[in-house]
Amino acid sequence: MAKNPDHRDLFPGALEIMILQSLRLKPMHGYALVKHIKQVSDNLLQVEEGSLYPALQRMLKEGWLEAESGISAKGRPTRVYRLTDQGFRHLEGEVASFEKMFTGFTRVLAAAKA
Amino acid sequence: MSLFSRFLNRRRRYDDISVSIQEHFDERVDELMDGGMPRHEAEQAAHREFGNVTLLRERSREVWQWQRIESLLADLKHVFRRLWRSPGFAITVVLTLAIGIGANTAVFSVLNSVLLRPLPYPKSEQLVSLHLNAPGAPGLGDFRNELRLSASMYLTFSRHNQVFQSVGVWAPGTASITGLAKPEQVNTAQISGGVLETLNIPALCGHWLTTADQDAHGLGRVMLSYEYWRQRFGGDPRAIGRVITVDSQSRMIAGVMPRGFKIVNYKFDLLIPLALDPTNERLAGFAYRGIARLRPGIDIAQANSDVARLLNLWMNSWTNGPGSDPHWYLRWKIAPAIAPLKETVVGGVQSVLWIVMGTIAVVMLIACTNVANLLLVRADARQQELAVRSALGAGRWRIARELLLESITLGLLGGAVGVAVAYAGLRLLTTIGPGDLPRLSEISLDGRSLAFTIVLSVLSGLFFGAIPAMRYIPARQRLMGLGAMRTASVSRERQRGRSLLVIAQIAMALVLLVCAGLMIRTFLAMRSVDPGFSNPASLQVMRLSFPETTVRDSTTVVRMQNSILNKLAAIPGVSSTGFAAAVPMSGTEPSWDMILVEGQSFEGGNPPMRLYNYISPGYFRTAGTPLIAGRDFTWPEIYSVRRIGIISANLARELWGSPSAAIGRHFREFPGSPWYEVVGVAQDVRENGVDQVSPATVYWPPLMGDPSVPANLGAWRTVYFTLRSSRAGSQAFVNEIQQAVWSVDANLAVANITTMQDIVSDSMARTSFTLIMLGIAGTMALALGILGIYGVISYAVSQRRREMGIRMALGANKDVLIWMFVRSALALACIGTVIGLGASAVLVRLMRAIVFGISPLDPITFSAVPIALMAGAALASFLPARRTAAIDPVEALRAE
Repeated sequence: MAKNPDHRDLFPGALEIMILQSLRLKPMHGYALVKHIKQVSDNLLQVEEGSLYPALQRMLKEGWLEAESGISAKGRPTRVYRLTDQGFRHLEGEVASFEKMFTGFTRVLAAAKA
Repeated sequence: MSLFSRFLNRRRRYDDISVSIQEHFDERVDELMDGGMPRHEAEQAAHREFGNVTLLRERSREVWQWQRIESLLADLKHVFRRLWRSPGFAITVVLTLAIGIGANTAVFSVLNSVLLRPLPYPKSEQLVSLHLNAPGAPGLGDFRNELRLSASMYLTFSRHNQVFQSVGVWAPGTASITGLAKPEQVNTAQISGGVLETLNIPALCGHWLTTADQDAHGLGRVMLSYEYWRQRFGGDPRAIGRVITVDSQSRMIAGVMPRGFKIVNYKFDLLIPLALDPTNERLAGFAYRGIARLRPGIDIAQANSDVARLLNLWMNSWTNGPGSDPHWYLRWKIAPAIAPLKETVVGGVQSVLWIVMGTIAVVMLIACTNVANLLLVRADARQQELAVRSALGAGRWRIARELLLESITLGLLGGAVGVAVAYAGLRLLTTIGPGDLPRLSEISLDGRSLAFTIVLSVLSGLFFGAIPAMRYIPARQRLMGLGAMRTASVSRERQRGRSLLVIAQIAMALVLLVCAGLMIRTFLAMRSVDPGFSNPASLQVMRLSFPETTVRDSTTVVRMQNSILNKLAAIPGVSSTGFAAAVPMSGTEPSWDMILVEGQSFEGGNPPMRLYNYISPGYFRTAGTPLIAGRDFTWPEIYSVRRIGIISANLARELWGSPSAAIGRHFREFPGSPWYEVVGVAQDVRENGVDQVSPATVYWPPLMGDPSVPANLGAWRTVYFTLRSSRAGSQAFVNEIQQAVWSVDANLAVANITTMQDIVSDSMARTSFTLIMLGIAGTMALALGILGIYGVISYAVSQRRREMGIRMALGANKDVLIWMFVRSALALACIGTVIGLGASAVLVRLMRAIVFGISPLDPITFSAVPIALMAGAALASFLPARRTAAIDPVEALRAE
């Protein structure tokens, strides 16, 4: 997902989790999502438009999100994405499983160092 | 979710995607411009970041698309691309299938239109024909399988039945129409009340005939057929109410029946009321065909038992005149055999159509095996590719799906072209089809035929696709053999599949060829039968009527007939003339009745029925029917009303032992009537077709009765004139005949001008139709079967080039190598032949109804066909095998 060699590929499912987590704060449109992820990650993570929109559609189809007509900050018509209850439950599950994985991952790295 | 709302939903999603992306893009441009970039640079930068926006949109949309279909479409594209790359293969397969599917669709359309579709009357399932069996009526049952109804039967049935909504009787006939243009003879249907009510088709304009029209003492109106109305009145509605002259009687036109309306099978020009007189009818006069409409909820068995009851009532309420015993008919054992009207309409053509459908279906099977064989070879060539794909992780189902998709695509392509073939085939079928094929005008390609085509296309695609798919879904271990394939000579296993297909083809082709062979033998047997008349092509036939209303006196009728004969004889090129009440195979039978023989009594006083015919002097000479004993009538004998008769040879043998013994013997019509003397014995004539038994026939003089009371004399008023001439059939000749007839009476209408040859061909039409169809099927089967052998041997030869090269290098004889291939082909053909012979022996039983003069297990057919097939197989294998001889061992081995 990175054009830039500084950016690593994310593991599968990471983009979805970031989108869901961001929308948990408040409903957003596409541009705002990209901005938000860039800001909170301190420019470490860059979401590409080419991945974002297919991912959003997949999540809409799964029923994790809803899209509604809205107005951007600049006053242009756009679509605003909102987390559904189903999406919220999915996020909880994914976060839990990620955390478990990270714990394991961290322990393995730590053991290798020791 | 319905397809529609799904579609709408998809549209909304697509809009959402476009709006979102556009806004995102705009906002990014704004952001860059806020950073100080000029607009066009900002836009370019944003474009670079977004990449291909269209692609992005498409990939976003893909989420909502129907993935299976999309991937199927992708596969389909692949299939077409591969077919495009091998056009020879694709065209061969599609054409083979198109012919097979087209032929099947055409025959199915006929079958569907004739046998499966309901008759074109409302609630036609309620319609029945009133058949009566009379097994006790001797003579009759040998030539006709039913007893027609008498007028008194109809009157009893229509008054007292409890099972019919309506019942009617009718009889075909002819009438002369004068006063319109030149006099013409038209086909009429005389109908009782109840016929139109039963068929229940409303008049196109005007009205049905009414009860008043059926009054015996009135002069009822008539109705026209649509075709006659168009032809004579140009479709003018004002024709209703006009008066036309029918057999010299003025009748008003009551109405016109709609286009295509037929009374059962019969196409008429004019409907004439039968106008029965209930006070004057007798028991006898079995002349009418009965039809009825069942009441709802009544079945055939109930109707039969009600008619059985009515038959007793009929004998109790009518008589044949004073002194006669009305219960005499108990001996005839008359019993109802009511049948659905459709059976009567379809008649004997059913077995022929099913046989043709069966043979065409077998041709399709053979075509499919051929295609399967081609696909096997193709899959063989792709085996490495398939094995590699399988090794790279393609699922078995995925590969099978692709193979099946290819074959079903081929099937559907074949089907599409096949519809065009069917359309052409159907036109051909309706032209060569037997003229008496019922419902000919209703034959068409309809929805059901097209559904049949599609189902057949897909099924055949699955069938011939499944064989290679099953064999080539690669098992994992196949991959290990990959390296070995290059050097292996030929895999026995792979060759076995093709061999089985060839055996099946040979067996099926043999069955078809046996059927076709039997039809050829039947046709030849029919051709070699002596029909009782000679050289039909030079025998001109036409029909003339002398209605009582025009010529009252019987003697005058005969004098007119005599002078017409003289005029006709004077036409250049005419060698002899004569007339008869009926000519053979014309479908006309003047009468069936019994005769009493001097000095003989019949068991139970119940003599058999004989066919009656009435002939002029010279008729036998003209027709070419030899007199075996005695002599012909003479005109002086006719005019003096001498009581003489001629009988057929079989009747003479039956009554007196030999034709010559019959001369001078006496017979009469009924007790108390004068005796007639046998003056001649004529050869038996196949009156009902060459494949039908010659009926025992009595030929009466054309003028009969008591010469002392001229008013009581009777003449036969509708007769067939026959002329022997080499000019028969030519238009100029026909014109001269017309003129000759009109020179005697300008009001006479000449009808049914034809040659005897046409009449004979018509009577053999069903056989020749079956012959042509089976011939076509057999030829196709033979060609496909031979092609199959050729293909298998060629492939085997090409696969074994290397082996042959080695053998030849080691000194093998070329002839021995060729023989090796021919032998393997003959072995396949032999197995196929044995299986095919077994299958034929069982299947030809179905043909029993249509073969004539030979046994269904005809030894000549059953030995000639296998020999021909083996010879074909030998040739088909020899040609490719000869190529081994051309193999240069060095070349073959250098390929290594």
